[in-house]
Order: sequence, then structure tokens, then C-alpha cells
Amino acid sequence: MSDDHVYLSLAEGHDDSDARWAFGTGFEDPLHGVDTAVPDGVDARELAARCLALADDALVEAQRLAEWCTRAPELEEEVALANIGLDLLGQARLLYARVGQVDGTGRDEDAYAYFRDAEDFRNVRLAELPNGDFAFSIVRLLVLSCWRLALFGRLASAAPDPVLAAVAAKGVNELAYHRQFAADWTLRLGDGTDESHRRMTAALREIAPYVGELLAVEPGFGIDAGSVRDEVTEVLGQVLDAAGLSLPADGAQPLGGSGREGDHTAHLAPLLAELQSVARALPEATW
Amino acid sequence: MVTTETSDLVARRARRVAERVADPELPMLTLADLGVLRGVEVGADGTVVARLTPTYSGCPAMAEMRADVAARLREAGFERVEIRTELDPPWTTEWITPAGRRKLAEHGIAPPGPVRRRPAGPVPLELSVTRRAVTCPRCGSADTEETSRFASTSCKALWRCRGCLEPFEYVKEI
Repeated sequence: MSDDHVYLSLAEGHDDSDARWAFGTGFEDPLHGVDTAVPDGVDARELAARCLALADDALVEAQRLAEWCTRAPELEEEVALANIGLDLLGQARLLYARVGQVDGTGRDEDAYAYFRDAEDFRNVRLAELPNGDFAFSIVRLLVLSCWRLALFGRLASAAPDPVLAAVAAKGVNELAYHRQFAADWTLRLGDGTDESHRRMTAALREIAPYVGELLAVEPGFGIDAGSVRDEVTEVLGQVLDAAGLSLPADGAQPLGGSGREGDHTAHLAPLLAELQSVARALPEATW
Repeated sequence: MVTTETSDLVARRARRVAERVADPELPMLTLADLGVLRGVEVGADGTVVARLTPTYSGCPAMAEMRADVAARLREAGFERVEIRTELDPPWTTEWITPAGRRKLAEHGIAPPGPVRRRPAGPVPLELSVTRRAVTCPRCGSADTEETSRFASTSCKALWRCRGCLEPFEYVKEI
């Protein structure tokens, strides 16, 4: 820190050797020091698109989970939801960094998170729905973590890109904890009081149409979409059965379009407006 | 002239320096105790390459660990330092050394138990209430219960001892 003025010093460039600034901007990407070559024969466009979509799912879900901070029913649950969001944010950062290397633009993670509009996001719509009550957030987390875990388990061995495969392999261990957390709460609330059961039933009815969109997502890289669907359906059925709940099948009228094609609900734009406000108001800011 | 023997000595010295760097969130442990430091090698041109792996994808301490290792190596006189990040294989609590486990317990944090190896295929879900035997790091009682699977950092869970009534953290198996 060469400047005497504390604020100017804070804005000063910092290099890798100064650990005090580890949480600011201006650091190298989360894939710093990772071998980033794209193997021969890998379709870079497909890889970039799939990494982007999986990063968008994670970022948007992480933002919804973060909204529970200061609002969760108990401190322990707030900490848990924030930790789960942090894991997802970490997965998003690694994946955005990978997209920038693969799509030929060389953009950094911030360019994808902060400087794209809602129609450019490729997350599934289930991730962007408002939090609703605790029951709704738990049901959403259960479905998304079941699906992401099933997919990442396959990507860890099937992804032709070693970076995506490594992100997936690491994510499997984290997602197993997320799914367990959501399953524990599903049992407790589904098999709890009349009121908690009623709220879980309402939440399942509300998400049912969006589950179809999620299960229709093509995993790519030769992964059988049907096997992902079967695993998700089986695990969900197991948890919901034990909780005395079920996913209404006939209520699941397929929605038009898909988040993967850039179709979103009206809820995504306000979520992004909040997420992106500081970066957009001060695009040159460093901290 | 650099002989093989002296470059071995350089590598050993670099390793000793890197192994002593403390973890930013669990400062009683070194990065080597935690299993985050995967290796230190010296290249033909004298560059010291230290390999680190993040505990969790979202671990916010990764940049700080990287900076700390680079800074300590430079302070020790190594001019060319390179820090590589290894994502694969993913970090596991199995890599926490016996010394690391002892230090955790001494500081009131219950160390992780053995990681149950999963068979290939879908990750099984636990629907029954599973009782892991976690011993209270303060009083040694086995009469403990989980209050939250997530704590101040992703790698820890929150527990409570019914014997001494103290809450404690527990590094969960991953």
C-alpha cells in the first residue's frame, strides 16, 4: 500500500503476493493455474453453451438462496442455505471462467454474471422463481439438487473436457450434501404438522410444470437424458413417498419454451437487476 | 552448475516452506495438514511449482491460500514461483493428516471420520436418521447431536454435546 489515503490505497492495483486483497477484484480467474487447453475433437461451441447454462442455473439459484439471509426461520437454516448458495456460486465461477476460455472471447466471469441481460441467460426457469415460503424453497432445492447431482455424476466421467469433468466431480460431493439437506427438510415438513404438509403440497403443485422443463434438458456429450430423468424421478419419488407427499402428474401441463432457449418468467429480470446493480452502476470499479 | 542433488535439496527446502503456510480459516492447521497442498516441485529452470486444490468449489479462501504460499516462497528466496490449481481429483477429508486431525481436536473442532467409499453409480440418499458417532472434542462424551449440517464454513457442521452442553464444530466427511 503505497498511498497514504486509505480509499485510494484500497483501489490501488494489487498483485498475487498480497494476501490481504484476496476478496477484491483484479485477481486472476478461478481457474488460475489450471491446464486450460481444450482437447482436440471437442466441439467448443457445444462445450461453451453447456457450461454457460450450468453456470447460469447455479448463479440464479445461489442468488435466490442468498435472499434467505436474515429471513430464514432459524439461524442454522440460514447458514445452511447460504453455504449451499456459496457452493453453487463457486461452481458458477469455475464454469463461467471455462466458458470465457472456450468460446473464444476471453471474457472473465464478471462479464457473464454482470453484463448479460435476462434473455441471454440459459438457466432453467425453476431456478428463477421467487423464493415463496420456506416449503417452496426446500422443494425447489430438492428438485434442482437431485437433477444436478444426477447430471454431474455422469458429466464427471462423460464430459470430454477435463475442466468440466473436474468441476462436476467436485460438485458431486457438494450436491450430495445439498440434496440430503433438502430431503431431510422434506421429510420433516411433509410428515410434520397439517400446516407444513399443506404448504409442501402447495409448493409441489406450483413447481410441477417447471419440473417438466428441467427433465427435458438435453445433457449432451452422449449422456442419455432418459437415465438422468429416471434417476431424478426415482430419488424424488423415494423422498416424497417417505414424506407422505407426491408430485402432481396431471397438474404438470408442459410450459411453452425453455429457459435453455432464453425463455424466462418475469421474475428473472428483477433478480438480475439487483445482482448486477453495483457492477453496472460502476463498471470500472475495483475493490 | 546445478547438479541433481542440489536441485533435490532446493525442492526439499521449498517444500518445507510451503508446508508451513497456515490455512487462512483454520490457522492452527497448515495447508499440508489440511491436504490442500498437493505437491511442490522445482522445474529445470529453477521455478518452484506449488500445487493447491480447493476444499469446496466456493471456498473463498483459495485466492488467499495461493497468495500466502507464493509470498512465503518468495520471502524464502525463491524468485520464480508458480502456483497451480488442481481440481482433479477433488479434495477429500481423507487427506487431512493425523497431525491435522489432532490439532483440530485440540482446538475444539471434531475431526472428520472415515469417508465411506461409494460404489459406482447414483449417490445413495439417507432417508433414515443416521447417527454418526461424533465425540465431543471438549469433554469426550459420545452423547452428541447435529444442530446443522452447515456451519461457519462449508466444510464444517454444527453439533452440540448433551454431556457438557457446549456447541462445537465438526469437519464433515467429504
